[in-house]
Amino acid sequence: MRKFKEFVIEKLILICGIASIFFVILIFLFLLKEGLSVFGTVSPFNFLFGKSWYPISEPPQLGILPLILGSLLVTLGAAIISIPIGVGCAVYIAEVAPGRIKEILKSGIELLAAIPSVVLGFIGMVTLVPLVKNIFHLPTGLTALSGSIMLAFMAMPTIVSIAEDALYSVPKTYKEGALALGATHWQTIWRVILPAASSGILAAIMLGIGRVIGETMAVMMITGNAAVMPNSILAPVRTLTATIAAEMGEAVVGSEHYFALFAVGIVLFVISFIVNVTADLFLHKKQ
Amino acid sequence: MVTFDIKNLNIWFESTQALKEVTMEVLPHEILSVIGPSNSGKTTFLRMLNRMNDLNSNLKMSGEVKFEKEDIMKIDVELLRRKIGMVFALPLPLPLSIFDNVAYGVRMHGLAGKTRMAEKVEEALKQGYLWDEVKDRLTESAFKLSGGQQQRLCISRTLAVEPEVILFDEPCSGLDPISTAKVEDAMVKLKEKYTIVLVTNNVKQAARVGDRTAFFLSGELIELDKTDKIFTAPKDKRTDGYIRGKFG
Ligand SMILES: Nc1ncnc2c1ncn2[C@@H]1O[C@H](COP(=O)(O)OP(=O)(O)OP(=O)(O)O)[C@@H](O)[C@H]1O
Ligand SMILES: [Mg+2]
Repeated sequence: MRKFKEFVIEKLILICGIASIFFVILIFLFLLKEGLSVFGTVSPFNFLFGKSWYPISEPPQLGILPLILGSLLVTLGAAIISIPIGVGCAVYIAEVAPGRIKEILKSGIELLAAIPSVVLGFIGMVTLVPLVKNIFHLPTGLTALSGSIMLAFMAMPTIVSIAEDALYSVPKTYKEGALALGATHWQTIWRVILPAASSGILAAIMLGIGRVIGETMAVMMITGNAAVMPNSILAPVRTLTATIAAEMGEAVVGSEHYFALFAVGIVLFVISFIVNVTADLFLHKKQ
Repeated sequence: MVTFDIKNLNIWFESTQALKEVTMEVLPHEILSVIGPSNSGKTTFLRMLNRMNDLNSNLKMSGEVKFEKEDIMKIDVELLRRKIGMVFALPLPLPLSIFDNVAYGVRMHGLAGKTRMAEKVEEALKQGYLWDEVKDRLTESAFKLSGGQQQRLCISRTLAVEPEVILFDEPCSGLDPISTAKVEDAMVKLKEKYTIVLVTNNVKQAARVGDRTAFFLSGELIELDKTDKIFTAPKDKRTDGYIRGKFG
């Protein structure tokens, strides 16, 4: 009887495991099937490197380079803002902050992570967008820069909490060894703790950036949504994610536009996949 | 001039008292062994001398510790720790190459430029009696060394910053007898240049290398005397009992 129970439980768990993999494969196959059809009308090269995206003109122009660049620009900006602040904050929490302040900061970060992205986007729209507009004297504040700042706020909680874990898991003995040689606290952090935690910190950065690449709602609200080649961080842009979200509703099922949006999905999938695998590699290198 | 002059030292961790009214001296160029059962306060005592106890926020102390006539609490802590090196129970190489482990502290304190660095590292490794074993593999990771070699690397690293005193906390507890003998040899030779305080759980080790031996029990210094005195005619019967293996 006991044996039978074990057997059933084991098989149930197995089925759960297989099911999750099965669904992932199914989704991926569907994405491929729908997306790859677009290459009947446009070559992969022209699709990836074409400079104009006019999906409803006749004939449609399906070049997604402006969208890729839009995503890259916004992501890069977000990374430049969030990495130093996020890692600095993690170092402060893990190494410097006294007990009380540490607790307050940690709950603050958790709170930040809990704000839904639409809400953040909305707040960004009414505060950040006018601010950017006035500071740089622009015709509109809906720019890549506004998107980057907004997304930096979303990447920060991920970066801080994972980097902080990495810092905590540096053996205490490294720190004592350095201090016993007469290193100052700062020298110990800079030359021993940070290098020892570096793979975990890199993983934290990659996961933070992964979150930024996949983000849709907030970017759609504040980057201006112009699918043109971006020429500056102060110009409106359109990201890959925002394109899908904005246009999928209007695209006629089975049209070239429809297939093209799926192909955009594939590109997004591949980028996210690469980022996540890189993060994983760093995390495993640590162990 | 005495190296350490310790008067009425008390240390508490919250409610537990780890050291009670310890009064003693450490003399220049001696090996002072500190023995005693587990929890007798040996590590706490040792970590007081280079202020590693400062890292512990729930610790309170009273009394006075003077290093070469100066109150250690008034000496700049980084300078104090450079002058008073420490070797831990488990070898703690940093995740760097053999060369960089030794060069680490030297660079940090700016004790040698690029050109003198190689000499400096060689000298330190020779003093740690490790040079011959590693001279052809200086760029390899320190973790590839055996435990005993890692421990001598940590000794070399400590020596490279030119300390005056070296504190050892059970440096051989993780080592086999041959590695232990090598580390002990190194210590005996080092005392010509340095003052050494050696905390050890191994009574025989204290007898082999110590000039004087201090016996701690439950945070009290029970007896401190010449090593042969302690081992042949201890004054206190608790010392006698410990040496014969009655506690822990
Ligand atoms: N960081 C700490 N926090 C709280 N109590 C501590 C701490 N370090 C030591 N103690 C307490 O101080 C007392 C003495 O400990 P200590 O480590 O000095 O003993 P020891 O003689 O070195 O023992 P061992 O031979 O096991 O290393 C013990 O009762 C211990 O519980
Ligand atoms: Mg101890």
